[in-house]
Amino acid sequence: MTDDPRGWAARVRVIVAGQESKPDRLLPVLRAMQQEFGHVPREAVAEIATALNLSRAEVHGTLSFYQDLSEEPRGRHVLRLCRAEACQAMGAAGLAEAALARHGLAWGETAADGSLTVEPAYCLGLCSCSPSALFDEEPVGRLDAATLDRLFAGAAAS
Amino acid sequence: MTRVLIPADAGARAVGAGSLARAVAAEAAARGSPLDLVRNGSRGLYWLEPLLEVATPAGRVGYGPVTAADVPGLFAAGFLEGGPHAKALGPVEQIPFLARQNRITFARSGVIDPLSLADYRAHGGLKGLERTLSLGPAATIEEVVRSGLRGRGGAGFPTGIKWRTVAEAAGPRKYVVCNADEGDSGTYSDRMLMEGDPFALIEGMLIAALAVGAGRGYVYVRSEYPQAVATLERALTLARADGLLGERSSALPRAFDIELRIGAGAYVCGEETSMLESIEGRRGEVRAKPPLPAHRGLFGCPTVINNLVSLATIPPILASGGEAYAALGFGRSRGTMPIQLAGNVRFGGLYEAPFGVSLGALVEEIGGGTASGRPVRAVQVGGPLGAYFPPALFDTPFDYEAFAERNGLIGHGGVVVFDDTVDMARQARFAMEFCAIESCGKCTPCRIGSRRGVEVVDRIIAGIEPAKNLGLLRELCETMRHGSLCALGGFTPYPVESALDHFGEDFARPRRAAA
Repeated sequence: MTDDPRGWAARVRVIVAGQESKPDRLLPVLRAMQQEFGHVPREAVAEIATALNLSRAEVHGTLSFYQDLSEEPRGRHVLRLCRAEACQAMGAAGLAEAALARHGLAWGETAADGSLTVEPAYCLGLCSCSPSALFDEEPVGRLDAATLDRLFAGAAAS
Repeated sequence: MTRVLIPADAGARAVGAGSLARAVAAEAAARGSPLDLVRNGSRGLYWLEPLLEVATPAGRVGYGPVTAADVPGLFAAGFLEGGPHAKALGPVEQIPFLARQNRITFARSGVIDPLSLADYRAHGGLKGLERTLSLGPAATIEEVVRSGLRGRGGAGFPTGIKWRTVAEAAGPRKYVVCNADEGDSGTYSDRMLMEGDPFALIEGMLIAALAVGAGRGYVYVRSEYPQAVATLERALTLARADGLLGERSSALPRAFDIELRIGAGAYVCGEETSMLESIEGRRGEVRAKPPLPAHRGLFGCPTVINNLVSLATIPPILASGGEAYAALGFGRSRGTMPIQLAGNVRFGGLYEAPFGVSLGALVEEIGGGTASGRPVRAVQVGGPLGAYFPPALFDTPFDYEAFAERNGLIGHGGVVVFDDTVDMARQARFAMEFCAIESCGKCTPCRIGSRRGVEVVDRIIAGIEPAKNLGLLRELCETMRHGSLCALGGFTPYPVESALDHFGEDFARPRRAAA
């Protein structure tokens, strides 16, 4: 299949098959794609639109609105560092900037080996254990430089 | 078998509760001393997490904060009989932070096994639903009106009035939507409840559905809460198996089911109309009101949208009567508020108490001042759209109206403490930056105003024409307040102007360019 070399369309059909074909299923479908592939590939947009009876513009509109969804691949792991006020009050800004500098990354960037993407989060609900982070789905509180470095190293090793 | 409880709460897990639980199980197995290990929710005493509790014949005793490394020592000290240990806290309910509270909404969090309906029932669960079934819809709504309960998400609209509007509205279908898109920094009460007592939310939604005549409900949970999502998902499955939800609900006059929807990282989806757009599959752009969601909400049908804490407070209100709840509180703020002490605070945690406690008592006495030991300089109340209060205003009672009078808001009950190292010009800048990042883009004052706001604060920080730029910033705040479609753009002026009003000196010392 030349028009579906990586099997996105086939995969969309499987994900959509588990759902009712209604427009309000769009966000769950996009989330499922993001979770499975680490991004929602451009090639999948047309297939999702057809399956849910939407226009490609509508799918693109929703896809481009939400920070969790991306059209570009992310790293194997995603580290979300909280930048919101409760964590700021515990020195999160300096901690994050220093860690990013040590590892040669900017916000939103993926490490050269594809192991890790570091993204800002605006509150993880761990505000009495600040500063905090979410490593994939694992919450981490009372963060310090050593813990952050362990998370970076853990990502590179897995 | 002795019951040992270690929270599965994300906050406890973030500081090692998971490895503690594994270590306790392994050590118990190695010693051949079986125990009943329960993963409870958190009591909300976060400086003591991971907090391990043992159910002794004399009641619950606690040890905390304990880590996996403490486990052999705990066994050696005979912790299963409540033996003495350096980390022993004694009877958990006598810890002053907890003993001073009046827990109604959070009565079960940390106490029960959150995924045991038997535990839920044994601790007063489903009593509210039973009373609703005997009262009928109209009397149930009047009970909620009598309680004086106001929306705990922040807007403070009377819940009973909202329900009455939906009950009276005509529509082919009606919906109940729970707003669990808790995005305010400094707040986690929704998360704690989903992880610690999820059946309370399910019971609250069931009561709402019976009262207004809804057949379907949605819980919109933010994606930043994977543990809460997992716990709630399991609780919904258990409730369906029990016949409380779904097609098979036989004890109820109508079938009701709840679908879990997970957000995708958009703060603005906590705004109710934006949330409806998101559930319907679109960009989370705010809708103009009217029509109110109570008249034309989800899929164009009459919809009750309540914050999670409001809904979880419904069962105890029905069980004990609206008057008992209304007997607590201050002014027009009736009942209790789960206040969350966060940021740079020594005793950070969830403090549920009747309205009226002063901000100073919360921060200095209950919270114990800063974690850093430095003086408190500013306290942001009500999330990123809430005002910064200086210690000079610490006499402000926790009450919707009292905070509004002082150009602030209580929001969802978050209290974030900052010490004297905080730079309030940078906090004002962040408020504008946050609004720019999270704006849905539908209205110009919010979308463009916030970007210009960041630039203006940057110029003030750099000392460029300060008088002119301070005037411009005030004018911009005025425009955003009156011209924005929703609270995101409309309330961003609260943190900015309160920083200007109470911490003007931070805007009067030029520094190098902002980070």
